[in-house]
Amino acid sequence: MKADTIITVKNLVKKFGAFTANDNLTFDVYKGEIFGFLGANGAGKTTAIRILCGLSTPTSGDIKIAGYDIYRETEKIKKNIGYMSQKFSLYEDLTVSENIRLYAGIYGIPSKKAKEKEAELLEKLEMESARKKLIAGLPLGWKQKLAFSVAIFHEPKIVFLDEPTGGVDPVTRRKFWDLIYEASNNGITVFVTTHYMDEAEYCNRVSIMDAGKIEALDTPGKLKERYNAKNMDEVFLKIAR
Amino acid sequence: MRTIKYILQKEFRQIFRNRTMLPMIFGVPLLQMLVLVFAATFDMKKIDMVVVDKDLSETSRELIAKFDGIPFFHLETAVPDETFGEEMLLTDDADVVLVIPPSLERNLVRDDKAQIQLLVNAIDGNTAQLIFSYSAQIIGNFNKNLVAEWKGLPKFTPPTEIAITENYWYNSELDYKWYMAPGILAILVTIIGMFMSGMNLVREKEVGTIEQLNVTPVKKYQFIIGKLVPFWLIALFDLAFGLFIAWLVFDLPIVGSLWLLFGLASVYLISVLGLGLFISTVSDTQQQVMFISFFFMMIFILMGGIFTPVESMPHWAQMLDRANPIYYFMRIMRHVVLKGSGFFDLLEEFVSLLVLGTIFLSLAIWRYRKTA
Repeated sequence: MKADTIITVKNLVKKFGAFTANDNLTFDVYKGEIFGFLGANGAGKTTAIRILCGLSTPTSGDIKIAGYDIYRETEKIKKNIGYMSQKFSLYEDLTVSENIRLYAGIYGIPSKKAKEKEAELLEKLEMESARKKLIAGLPLGWKQKLAFSVAIFHEPKIVFLDEPTGGVDPVTRRKFWDLIYEASNNGITVFVTTHYMDEAEYCNRVSIMDAGKIEALDTPGKLKERYNAKNMDEVFLKIAR
Repeated sequence: MRTIKYILQKEFRQIFRNRTMLPMIFGVPLLQMLVLVFAATFDMKKIDMVVVDKDLSETSRELIAKFDGIPFFHLETAVPDETFGEEMLLTDDADVVLVIPPSLERNLVRDDKAQIQLLVNAIDGNTAQLIFSYSAQIIGNFNKNLVAEWKGLPKFTPPTEIAITENYWYNSELDYKWYMAPGILAILVTIIGMFMSGMNLVREKEVGTIEQLNVTPVKKYQFIIGKLVPFWLIALFDLAFGLFIAWLVFDLPIVGSLWLLFGLASVYLISVLGLGLFISTVSDTQQQVMFISFFFMMIFILMGGIFTPVESMPHWAQMLDRANPIYYFMRIMRHVVLKGSGFFDLLEEFVSLLVLGTIFLSLAIWRYRKTA
């Protein structure tokens, strides 16, 4: 089963002064898969995801996102990706609807279409009542679902999620993953970082990072087999120690 | 174009949803115009004078009466002791001490000449010179009368001096408020423009919302224009509001064309907003923006000619002022408002501001990084 690659990373290095945050990362992400990017806090996950989104420049390495070169075709990449940062970054002083329509407008979605999609989305999220409420007053779980929905509102080829479920209860996390599956079923490639090992089980393939290096990369099933572990938690502990 | 529309819509919503914005927009100009214009004055309203009269003659009393007749001379008279006057100077209770020597009248009669002494508190050199020249004028007039009186009026008096009649143009009543109001307005719109735009941009960095925009295909110039236009309009509105207050409260005459004034102000504001935005692109926090903006504001204002004429500055300082947008705008404000200067009189200012505006705005767009 060799699918088309949509993200190609070769020898990615990112240094901050003497500190190497990403030490020679090489991996591919296949079209349509849910790719888990695992690692402890400080392993270099966020640094890598920010480079892939064009928010940060690598020190060296060849990277292609959706077929575009990360150095020369940054703006083309940006049309084709969505990003949800670790830190909630929709506008708290705008309403739910205003945030959705702002990003729809920036991505060039015609306003009539944006209106229809917005209505569908809010119905799906059961957030119609909050449409005209300021984001600032929403519960964290709602905010995260909304941030994810805004990140994929323009139907990108790839969506990058940086610890999207930080700080919420397991039930809310489970619901959030339903949204991720749905996006994946719609053909969006999902690149997600997390340090919750139960979430790793939901991914098609996972890479495990430790101290800036990728130590393992495979499907959860094969990783468990190779490390002779019951679950991903044990795999992770055996790798990261 | 559509992208800019969406970004502007967002900025305006956020600005008017911010509860501190409206008080800023209306309160700051009101306060500045009503307080600063009255406070920032060089007009001499009251001069505290201590007279040390050691002569106690008819002549000395006549001289003192001359000073007493001028409303803004506030006299502390008939103190025969010099040290009291000096103490009053020390404690800042006196601006000037007039010392009349014991032999004033006798010397005048006998030698046809006499000396009196003025001790002026010169901590503020400008005020000291004003006090000195007022006093010297009064003493000079007194002297002339004395000569005429003693010599007896001849039937034909040959003209001994050239009489000067004054006519102050562009501010005929030498109303200091008319001079200060346009200057303070110039500073006001500068602060509003430079600080607000800069703080707004860097706030998005602090909160992190800028990242969500940076992963979108939004163009750098679109983002900067989105940050510039709202505060540009607010500053222009404040200029109009401030002029209205000045007209209402100080009867400030607006001699020149308002169209010209606002046209030039638009160009000026692009230059200061551009600078403010540039500062925020190189800063990470609001404190940094405040500090750097404040640094530039201080230099620009003090060298801009609001309090001290630029023509009196050393040559090198005048050359530095070529890069000071406030210098040009201060001239524009005063010349259009008070003198009624036309576009071609201010062509140099216009071109200079256009150049500075282009430079600052380009720097801001160039330095704004979507990728850190």
